[in-house]
Amino acid sequence: MPVLVRIPTPLRSLTKGQAEVEGQADTVAGLIESLEKQFPGLKERLVDESGEMRRFINVYVNEEDIRFLQGDKTTLKAGDHVSIVPAIAGGG
Amino acid sequence: MERLKGLKCRECGRSYPSSPIHVCEFCFGPLEVDYDYEVIASQISRAKIEAGPPSIWRYAPLLPLNIPEGETPVGQAVGFTPLLRARNLAEELGVKELWVKNDSVCHPTWSFKDRVVAVAIGKAKEFGFDTVACASTGNLANSVAAHSAEARLKSYIFIPADLERGKIITTLIYAPTLVAVEGTYDEVNRLCAEVGDKYRWAFVNINIRPYYAEGSKTYGYEIAEQLGWRAPAHVVVPCAGGSLITKIAKAFKELRLLKLIPEGRTKMYAAQALGCGPIVTMIKKDTDVLVPVRPNTIAKSLAIGNPADGYYAYRAAKDSGGYGEHAEDEEIIEGMQLLARTEGIFTETAGGVTVAAAKKLIEAGRIPRDEPIVICITGNGLKTPDVFYDRLSVDVTIRPSLQVFDQALADLKSKAAG
Repeated sequence: MPVLVRIPTPLRSLTKGQAEVEGQADTVAGLIESLEKQFPGLKERLVDESGEMRRFINVYVNEEDIRFLQGDKTTLKAGDHVSIVPAIAGGG
Repeated sequence: MERLKGLKCRECGRSYPSSPIHVCEFCFGPLEVDYDYEVIASQISRAKIEAGPPSIWRYAPLLPLNIPEGETPVGQAVGFTPLLRARNLAEELGVKELWVKNDSVCHPTWSFKDRVVAVAIGKAKEFGFDTVACASTGNLANSVAAHSAEARLKSYIFIPADLERGKIITTLIYAPTLVAVEGTYDEVNRLCAEVGDKYRWAFVNINIRPYYAEGSKTYGYEIAEQLGWRAPAHVVVPCAGGSLITKIAKAFKELRLLKLIPEGRTKMYAAQALGCGPIVTMIKKDTDVLVPVRPNTIAKSLAIGNPADGYYAYRAAKDSGGYGEHAEDEEIIEGMQLLARTEGIFTETAGGVTVAAAKKLIEAGRIPRDEPIVICITGNGLKTPDVFYDRLSVDVTIRPSLQVFDQALADLKSKAAG
């Protein structure tokens, strides 16, 4: 499924400066694999050695935190918006 | 030698020059200000601090700003709030030595947020920004609006649309651009992370966050100085994003490193509402994995379900030998009333959470009754009296007549005697 992915500033060096890219996948985990093919090196920045999402990364599908959905097994449909956002922000 | 070396990733240790960035490009860990403590040691002493202004600026060598000689920083009177010996509350809770650090009277917007914002706005000015912004549960909104007015900067303030009216008015009065977002604080914050990526603004709690967060250390410095240059054995801290508890712990650590206070250990305790307590849940379950929650509590200023510093707040409590406690909404109200009727301090719901959590931790034997305890009161009840409109009422309404009053008094006394 083609989905739109918003890339945060720290990862744009890997996406040739693009703030939004298109990915193809049925799940969030699949999307990360598909992004890795387009932009080698992206996956290890998002996922740790054991395959878990890194502690300081939050992923949102259509503005919803995937931890409230099915984590990286969250399914995607055509036209979904996926945001990758650094976790360290905010506070009162 | 430079006192400020730049920024450093708290996780992987990578260094960055001082700039408006907040996460490590490589591991996304938080960036922290990197100080040269040898340089600071040569600039600081108890006597110099004591001779400084009665504000956070007495600790300027420990803050990440370059304030030119003779210049007055924005937020000139922020901080140095009272540390009160709370004898009545101590008696009520059955403890020997209890103190209240009272930031409900912090100048100018009556919460501890003035500390972080004064530092953040100063840094935003240093970086040359003309616009500041924040995502807020209310107190930060007040403070950013007020300080940007003083600094003559434009401000954009993002809040959850269902925020208490009191906190909306106490923001609007300073004439910022206030954006109400239909969603929880966490949704506002996520939006702001994306807005901050697009617009060149100084988001105090996003791209200015490494500097902003350092302002909270002054809360800890003041506790130690006001106790006569010693750290307490136990500190109970309300947690929202989780930054304050980590920075109070850091403050004591720095003062020990600089030999301004004696060696020792301070146990840190996190206080959260049961309806939004992901950090305390981590502490109770002893796991470093934060599970975000959807907030459902009257303690709106603490209603952050996905706290940025959740992991570090958990570490601050665990590593110090402290703990954490949740407070139910009814206990929060009772906590506010307890502090008011014993010490004459009207705090907001967050303070009710702290008092209630402290009470439970003492009753459960987690905090011993014979060691010095500090309770952190960080916000003022006058901003959000909402929770009491249906709970409190005048005792009697009378005509202006002495005879009527005599009768009313007799009735009240007989009612009280029950």
